[in-house]
Amino acid sequence: MLTVDSVVKTFGRRRAVDRVGFTLTTGEVLGFLGPNGAGKTTVMRMIAGRLEPDAGKVCVGPHDMVRARRAGQKMVGYLPEGAPAYRTMTPREFVGFCLSVRGHSGPQLRDARELALDRARLGREANQQIGTLSKGFKRRAALAAAIAHDPPLLVLDEPTDGLDPNQKHEVRALIREMAADKAIIVSTHILEEVPAVCSRVIVIDQGRIVVDEEPDDFAARARSGRLDDAFRSLTRPSAEAAS
Amino acid sequence: MMVSTAGFFAIYRREMRAWFTTPLAYVFLAAFAFAAPAFAFNIGRFFDTNRADLSPLFAYVPWLLMILMPALAMRSWAEERDRGTLEILLSLPVSVSSIALAKFAAAWTVALGALVATFPMWISVNYLGSPDNLAIAIAYLGAFLLAGSYLAIGQALSAASGSQVTAFVLSMLATLLMTMAGLPLVTDSLSGTAPALLVEALAYSSVLERFSAFERGVVGLGDLIYFLTLIGFGIAAGGLQAGASREGGT
Repeated sequence: MLTVDSVVKTFGRRRAVDRVGFTLTTGEVLGFLGPNGAGKTTVMRMIAGRLEPDAGKVCVGPHDMVRARRAGQKMVGYLPEGAPAYRTMTPREFVGFCLSVRGHSGPQLRDARELALDRARLGREANQQIGTLSKGFKRRAALAAAIAHDPPLLVLDEPTDGLDPNQKHEVRALIREMAADKAIIVSTHILEEVPAVCSRVIVIDQGRIVVDEEPDDFAARARSGRLDDAFRSLTRPSAEAAS
Repeated sequence: MMVSTAGFFAIYRREMRAWFTTPLAYVFLAAFAFAAPAFAFNIGRFFDTNRADLSPLFAYVPWLLMILMPALAMRSWAEERDRGTLEILLSLPVSVSSIALAKFAAAWTVALGALVATFPMWISVNYLGSPDNLAIAIAYLGAFLLAGSYLAIGQALSAASGSQVTAFVLSMLATLLMTMAGLPLVTDSLSGTAPALLVEALAYSSVLERFSAFERGVVGLGDLIYFLTLIGFGIAAGGLQAGASREGGT
């Protein structure tokens, strides 16, 4: 479903992503971990077709995300970092807007929109202006827009950031529910999410992949068997060097 | 240039909705509907001319548009970037040219609304006398094209600017230069120092010079091409600038 082939991205003199490569198949939920500034968001933006790699390539299905960007983007649902959305729209209007840009119309658009709003548990807030919603509901609105066209690949940049424990539980349940027929990438700083939803973990540090394995194998790297200890032992040297 | 029809209309509708769900468009339309006749009546001495035409109105329209079009254009791309929604737009399967065209078309529609808001004056001159309505319609067409040119340039600068305020100031400067380039004040002061060819080129490229033909009720092919080229250039420059963020990452 997804092939990331040795992609490189440089901003100014800083190499944000350095020859990152992996593949993802349908049914996999990939936990994308790494310290702040490690390059996770940049990789996700390249997968979503928002950013072009300087070298290497990203293919979604058979589509190269530079040469056949729009065909590839039809197959991707992307929840950007911070879940941006138009403040004067309601979630219902926002999801409808994203669907109509994607070419949906009439009953097909209506059905897809209502299903997405329902799955993201927006409830009555679906008709309230996004600018007046809490952070959690804003995130759900953006999540609904990302899943509405039923894409085979989902790229979710910190989908549970700012949610309360109940909302986090619901989003994780939704990810598990969708996992069977989709390939999903979830970036997160919340390590407890990894065993809860992910079937695979990639840790990225200073733009490079340092771990690509199953969550249990990753946890086993620490003597305590805890994910946060494994994460710290892998990424602390670079964090200390940076500080 | 690939334009997706579904994407174009969806973004056009969203832009129009964004104008009219906030007081912005209403304030803009009211300002234009009040200011244009105010200039025509008070400075243009509409009644003193004793002629049934709208020349006192069209004499001031370029100056009003010079201020109001940058205000209309400033939010187009800069706001998307400020609020992070450019991330959403550029991750949707729609070409940047469709986005740029839709943004321009929506703002141009609001500008058309502003010009239509001055139609009571047109109706009034028909009540007071027998004006050359075709000439007035052509002058309105010129004003519409002029508004489009200012808008397109303003939107290109909005795509290049980090904030809406910067976009507004840069657009005002650009439209001021485009408007004043052909004025005797500018050409006379340059004629002593700059090469004659440059002064002539400056006067030739002035939007006022081009607009004056429409004011007289004449549609020249050259003038039409001039305005359409400015519009096309502005839309393309805005789209290219926004699309370039795929490479740069901003």
